[in-house]
Amino acid sequence: MGLSRRDFLKVSATGGLLAASALSPVPVLAREPRERLPEAVGILYDATVCIGCKACMAACKEYNNLPPDHSTPDSIWDNPLDLSAKTYNIVKLYTNGTGQFKDQETNGYSFIRRFCMHCVDPACVSACPVSAMTKDHDTGAVVYNKDACIGCRYCQVACPYNIPKFQWDQAFPQIKKCQLCSHRLAQGNYPACCEFCPNGASIFGNVQDLLKEAKRRLALTPGQTATYPLHRVDSQDRRERLVTPYQNYIYGKTDGGGTQVLILSGVPYEKLGLPTLPGESTAATSETLMHSLYKGMIAPYVVLGGLFYIVYKNTTKQDLP
Amino acid sequence: MEHAHEPVGGNIITKPFLFLAELALVAFILIIYRYIYGLGAVTNLSDGYPWGLWITYDVLVGTALGCGGYAMALLVYILNRWQYHPLVRSAVLTSVFGYTLAGAAIFLDIGRYWNGYHLFLPWYVNFNSVLVEVALCISAYVVVLWIELAPTILEGSSHPRAQAIRERLERWLPVIVAVGILLPTMHQSSLGTLMIIAGYKLSPLWQTGFLPLFFLLSAITMGFAVTIFESILSSLAFKRPFETPLIAEIGLTMAWIIGVYLVLRFADLAWRGYLGLIFQGNLTSKMFILENLFYLAAFLLMISPALRQRAQWLFVGSAAMLLAGALYRFNAFLIGYSAGPGWRYFPALSEIIITLGIIAVELMAYLYIVKKYAVLTKVEHL
Amino acid sequence: MQDKDLERLPEHFGMVSRRDFLKVCAVVTASLGLPMAAAVKIAEAVASPQRPPVIWLSGQECTGCTETLLRATHPTVESLILDLISLDYHETLSAAAGYQVEEAKRKSIEANRGKFILVVEGAIPTKDGGVYCMIGGKPMLDLVRETAPLAAAIIGIGSCASWGGIPSAAPNPTGAVGAQEALGDKFKVINIPGCPPNPYNFLSTVLYLLTFKKVPDLDAQGRPRFAYRRLIHEGCERRAHFDAGRFALEFGDEGHRRGWCLYKLGCKGPETFNNCPALLFGDVGARSWPVGTGCPCFGCSEKGVGFTAPIVAQASLERFTPAGMPYKTGEGQRVGGGALRLTPPASYPPITPPEGHGPSAATVGLAAGLAGAALGAGAVAAMKIGRQEGKTDDKAGED
Repeated sequence: MGLSRRDFLKVSATGGLLAASALSPVPVLAREPRERLPEAVGILYDATVCIGCKACMAACKEYNNLPPDHSTPDSIWDNPLDLSAKTYNIVKLYTNGTGQFKDQETNGYSFIRRFCMHCVDPACVSACPVSAMTKDHDTGAVVYNKDACIGCRYCQVACPYNIPKFQWDQAFPQIKKCQLCSHRLAQGNYPACCEFCPNGASIFGNVQDLLKEAKRRLALTPGQTATYPLHRVDSQDRRERLVTPYQNYIYGKTDGGGTQVLILSGVPYEKLGLPTLPGESTAATSETLMHSLYKGMIAPYVVLGGLFYIVYKNTTKQDLP
Repeated sequence: MEHAHEPVGGNIITKPFLFLAELALVAFILIIYRYIYGLGAVTNLSDGYPWGLWITYDVLVGTALGCGGYAMALLVYILNRWQYHPLVRSAVLTSVFGYTLAGAAIFLDIGRYWNGYHLFLPWYVNFNSVLVEVALCISAYVVVLWIELAPTILEGSSHPRAQAIRERLERWLPVIVAVGILLPTMHQSSLGTLMIIAGYKLSPLWQTGFLPLFFLLSAITMGFAVTIFESILSSLAFKRPFETPLIAEIGLTMAWIIGVYLVLRFADLAWRGYLGLIFQGNLTSKMFILENLFYLAAFLLMISPALRQRAQWLFVGSAAMLLAGALYRFNAFLIGYSAGPGWRYFPALSEIIITLGIIAVELMAYLYIVKKYAVLTKVEHL
Repeated sequence: MQDKDLERLPEHFGMVSRRDFLKVCAVVTASLGLPMAAAVKIAEAVASPQRPPVIWLSGQECTGCTETLLRATHPTVESLILDLISLDYHETLSAAAGYQVEEAKRKSIEANRGKFILVVEGAIPTKDGGVYCMIGGKPMLDLVRETAPLAAAIIGIGSCASWGGIPSAAPNPTGAVGAQEALGDKFKVINIPGCPPNPYNFLSTVLYLLTFKKVPDLDAQGRPRFAYRRLIHEGCERRAHFDAGRFALEFGDEGHRRGWCLYKLGCKGPETFNNCPALLFGDVGARSWPVGTGCPCFGCSEKGVGFTAPIVAQASLERFTPAGMPYKTGEGQRVGGGALRLTPPASYPPITPPEGHGPSAATVGLAAGLAGAALGAGAVAAMKIGRQEGKTDDKAGED
């Protein structure tokens, strides 16, 4: 049985309406990527300066009241294998070959500290249905509010760095992650990891200043001695050290829309587990799609109107009881 | 309309029903365990795989299987194919169970369920989130489905006001149906949009801006498939004649939509330059191939006029389509998703049993209602 | 040690009983890292009637290294060393003086060519012909250069003899150098740096030489590896405080009184190789070493650190390896980090550790079983459908 012209028109009309509502990936109203906040604060982590002492891990545990995270059967040591609900900050080790040479890709080793990157355009903030993940308007820190959270774990799916962790073993679970020591920031202090880093691998400051410092370091010549600030980027406490070669790239400057945690390293970043991301956050992509479809709920109402009209016409024709 | 449908009748408590009840009971005990000891105690979910069997099967596949009502509404009320009208009731029934239990499964899965109502409070809701759209739409749709089922239940009710209410509802039919078509269009596509934000974590074989369209098309075809499937199985189980001529047409419509879907799917993959990934021989490529083989099988079976006239092949074809759509959802949310090397996931025993329990409850409810209420079409008893 | 072995040894060694002597050998064996059976060999070597001669030359020294030996207590050095070895020349300890002692030295060297141990204490000035240290009218430089070729082994005791020590501190007006540098590459000097060094490092080295007739394993700077292989930072009892970021910030503050890490007060433990935290000093019990008493280590034994780096400057914590330091450091620039620390400890997680929960036999079995059952049921259903359809067709055919 062939389609009558009338049927054909109905099919295409409906199909068109449906396609309009399911829509295409072409952004109609692209969501602008978020800019860095002017007062945003962050951390510059320089893997070449890091000695793997883990004072930052110990300090983070202390100032966030986190329990030890066991990974061996004897359950004596706090030695997490990865970030978890009990570990907001971890130092990992990259090795290659003989693992002899610090911050070298081949036959070398490097430390890498992983914790929340406090993105400029956070995917977790975009994803969270109940605004449990929010970005502070001043500091730009991405913070979690357990009282809003429903535990859906969409933030875990969204985060390109797999940072938010869930308390799988709790009856009343929360999402756990680094909050940039917002509780300490509120008191005029700064993140514990930076305060306790003895070597100046992690320093705190306004992100614009951190970017400047990172650029300064990339411009240094390996083999020369230079002074590096300790704890804060504007600290008077500085130490001299021998400059070693860097990867000529500041990770976090634009990656995934940019982050407030910047990383420098001698080893290529993918080898350290930092993903290669496009310049736009997936939050922007997802929201663009959503906004094109549902901005002001216009398209749905239009479609609804159309559907109602067709259904009405068809049912009245049928003279249904 | 009352005269076109009848209850199946017969004993509610049968051997299959009891088996399902046992399964449901075990699952219920495990669910209590989940609430006392946390999600980690009954599932293999982890930080690298926060969404597992429950979200993928219970919610995604479950709602897609519940798209029978949606697909039939499109056919009957939009395309004006009134010969399918008798099938609408059972389609709606399946949808009601699919969606209600998917909603229940969501509440089982979320960790801080006591805050669940925040989804409906404007001062909590983040309208940028795809999940909000999904949650609100599904909630609204569950309500709409129950309203669509109401006439069936009210018919069989002896309550004095029942018939009056039913008549009132029937007058609002066009609005209810229109909403009942808009809502699944919105949320079935948004279920696909959910994975956009995962970015590189979802394999390029599935990650595309067309995710919403593909999810919508597969939901519609699954809706048709489940209608055919369920019709044949009911006929078989209750020893009623097959509604072959009717469902064959649905099969044809389904085949065309599959065709369009496959063309778009592969065109998109080619345009993005990832066709090569199909031949890598790893798990994701094998699953991709399997998923599309199921689609192809369904297409070939349904497009053939001869095979379409046989209930046997309609059954196989619709089963293939259901497998294809289910596998597509599993691939896009679970198998094609990876937080990074080193992470692995396979559902735990208790996790699987709870899912089976939910399916058991669905089946038990279906059996109860079709036996007690006029859902299935009347059969001329000779 | 078996009893019959013990009987081979004499009952007394000078004033020391066999028992006490064996205790010493056991201690020395342990500190050398040798198996206990070696203690007997050492005892035999030391107890042999033929006491090897030692010529002890003193340059620009404060005699602290001699003093430190004098304070060894197990055994007391004066009875043991003077009875076990023949100390033929020592400016401080010799009873004789002047021409007499110089003559004794000349005679001993003559009689024991190729058999004596030369010990150098103190730095050797090289400027202006070495006039800044003259003994018996001769520059120390000449004395060392004359004596060294005739010795069986050369030990430089103390930082001064090892690399120049205090006299070599900037601006080094006398051109003070260590024994190795004064002698050049043709000779291998065993360096026992420290200011002063732990006496048992010296004692163990000498006993090793006597027992095994060869030099113990040395590192690139000629230091015995059994004593100088580890950074002080690696063996420090306050390391846990360092690792947890607990630092004393001022002398006498809360942290200092609680015994926290002294890194921020300028402790050079991370740059200094020595075994001070293990052996301690003075045999008076726990914490009898600088850091243990609350005084930051200043790197007395380490060239480029002790008497070179500012005492308050924070030590470099990075571990360069020889291949990782290809850049020339400038004149007077402090060499950062130890040259020998290679691979970091194993207690770090890898970049991608295995995580999550995968399949188990039960779950895979169940899943496979369910899939199989579903397929089976589907096949059965399909067949039944076919049969039921067939019946309906026949019926229809009949009508």
